[in-house]
Amino acid sequence: MSKKKFIVGCFDDEAVLFPAVKKVRTAGYKIHDVYTPFAVHGLDAAIGERETSLHTAGFIYGITGTTTALSCISWIFTRDWPLNIGGKPHFALPAWIPIIFELTVLFSAVGMVLTFCYLCQIAPFVKKHHFHPRATDDLFVMVIECTSKTNAEDLKGFLAANGAVEVNEQVAESGWWWGRYDKDEMPFENRTAAAY
Amino acid sequence: MASIREQFEIPGKMRTWSLALIGVGALALIIGLITMGFSSDEHERTHFIGTLMYNAIFWTLVCNAAMFFICALTLAMGGWEIAIRRVSEAISVMVPIFGAITFVLLIYVVATGNHHIYHWLDKDVVENDPILKGKSGFLNPVFFIIWTTLIIGLWSLLGWRMRQLGREADQGPMDLETGRSFIWRGTVRAAMFIVWFALTVGSTAPWLWLMSIDAHWYSTMYSWYTFASSFVSGISLIALWVIYLKNKGYLEIVRQDHLHDLGKFMFAFSIFWTYLWFSQFMLIWYANIPEETVYFKHRLQGPYKGIFFFNLIINFVCPILILMKRAAKRNYTLMTFMAVLILFGHWIDFYQMVMGSLSPDHVTLGWLDFGILSLFVGLMIFFVGRSLASKPLLAKYHPFLKESVIHQV
Repeated sequence: MSKKKFIVGCFDDEAVLFPAVKKVRTAGYKIHDVYTPFAVHGLDAAIGERETSLHTAGFIYGITGTTTALSCISWIFTRDWPLNIGGKPHFALPAWIPIIFELTVLFSAVGMVLTFCYLCQIAPFVKKHHFHPRATDDLFVMVIECTSKTNAEDLKGFLAANGAVEVNEQVAESGWWWGRYDKDEMPFENRTAAAY
Repeated sequence: MASIREQFEIPGKMRTWSLALIGVGALALIIGLITMGFSSDEHERTHFIGTLMYNAIFWTLVCNAAMFFICALTLAMGGWEIAIRRVSEAISVMVPIFGAITFVLLIYVVATGNHHIYHWLDKDVVENDPILKGKSGFLNPVFFIIWTTLIIGLWSLLGWRMRQLGREADQGPMDLETGRSFIWRGTVRAAMFIVWFALTVGSTAPWLWLMSIDAHWYSTMYSWYTFASSFVSGISLIALWVIYLKNKGYLEIVRQDHLHDLGKFMFAFSIFWTYLWFSQFMLIWYANIPEETVYFKHRLQGPYKGIFFFNLIINFVCPILILMKRAAKRNYTLMTFMAVLILFGHWIDFYQMVMGSLSPDHVTLGWLDFGILSLFVGLMIFFVGRSLASKPLLAKYHPFLKESVIHQV
């Protein structure tokens, strides 16, 4: 748990957001994240996120599933408990393919969901600070982390000059915490007048 | 977009190559006709006609898949492919040409009652065969000829109407009303094509043309299997032309993102093909009923064993392993290689589908097959090139063009 100071700039149009992101990055500010009401194409590249490795993880999980299924079934049906099923050979590969396929899908799907939750820190009772309630509705919220060298007033002016409809300063938990909002903070209570 | 080169000019090299391929193919055709076509040996004649048949049907279906691709994306309101639409339109121009070749061949086979190819054409056999007799409502020369005429005629007609509509996107900027009506008419025409496509490629055409070679045997997966084969080859063909044009400096709007989407189609439908291949195989393998396993008997245990598994490796293992990575689908060289590989693989697939039944005792793959293949490839390059040159390469007033320009994967 470490509290940090953030400057939050809200934009109401993605056409304004993109040049602003570019300018903020060129100016050398550190973008914590950009919260958008919907998936904006190209934004991840614009804020300099590297491509996710989730699919590589998915491939590895899938291969694990394939191996598990194949080794399990082949051991059971050829060594442990050979059965004569319809006169087929004990090593009846075609009959196993559907099961191998299902286990591949199961492993990669469940594994990817869990990995995704881990990467995004999503779990029951895990809470994160909400920078602006309207980020889930119609505002594009750019959050910039303040370092010791950041001049907050300059940055606010810079954001406003680049088309932010609302700029504010928040001191907030940067990571996640266990708990309940009503004990720690009410995300929808620190409403600012401009937002409504 | 002032710098866009709209008009494709056929490079001399392409013309030479296509004519050379046609020349080689025509030579193979003539030599084949003399040595096999007029031979007194039934097997030789069957071999010759069968080779022509699977090539003609394969290329007709592949080029028709390009039109299916357009129609499916039109119905789905897919905007990303506007930048490459003229390429698939140009490929679909081949449907009437290859369709005519297929039509002449099939009508020749049926009208002359060639029961070495279509077993069910022999009236005496049908009379004494309860299975064939039961199927005679569907498998009879009259229905075959009428339905084949309708199939190829309507593919050509509906595809032509779709292309005619596409030309309206050249005429000038559209306002909201014109644009809406343009999209709506496109939807209607595409829907008509898709319905006919489902009734033909999705079911009856492969039954009549290919599956009825083994008249006793049937598989409900067969048509979908054929469709998947032709569709993935069609996408590969589109990808090849797009890469070629891009290499020549045309199609400025097309970027790696468009290629990536084509690559996804190639990847996905290779796996779809395998799914159908396997579903067809496993059910028959599991039930193990003689009249069903007859189809796989000489393919799996006879001389076609090598081709049978080669087919699976080239059409499933290679695409799934090579095309899985994002970087591979965005790499022009790798995509060219995979497109050629997939086209070749499905050509081999059609080969074993037809010749595996016509000549179950020995594999006939040889100079004639590659000669006829070169004839069809040459014709395809020649006519598609001409069609590309005959109209602008970009449907530049299409209402969805912007979607294609900003397309990002």
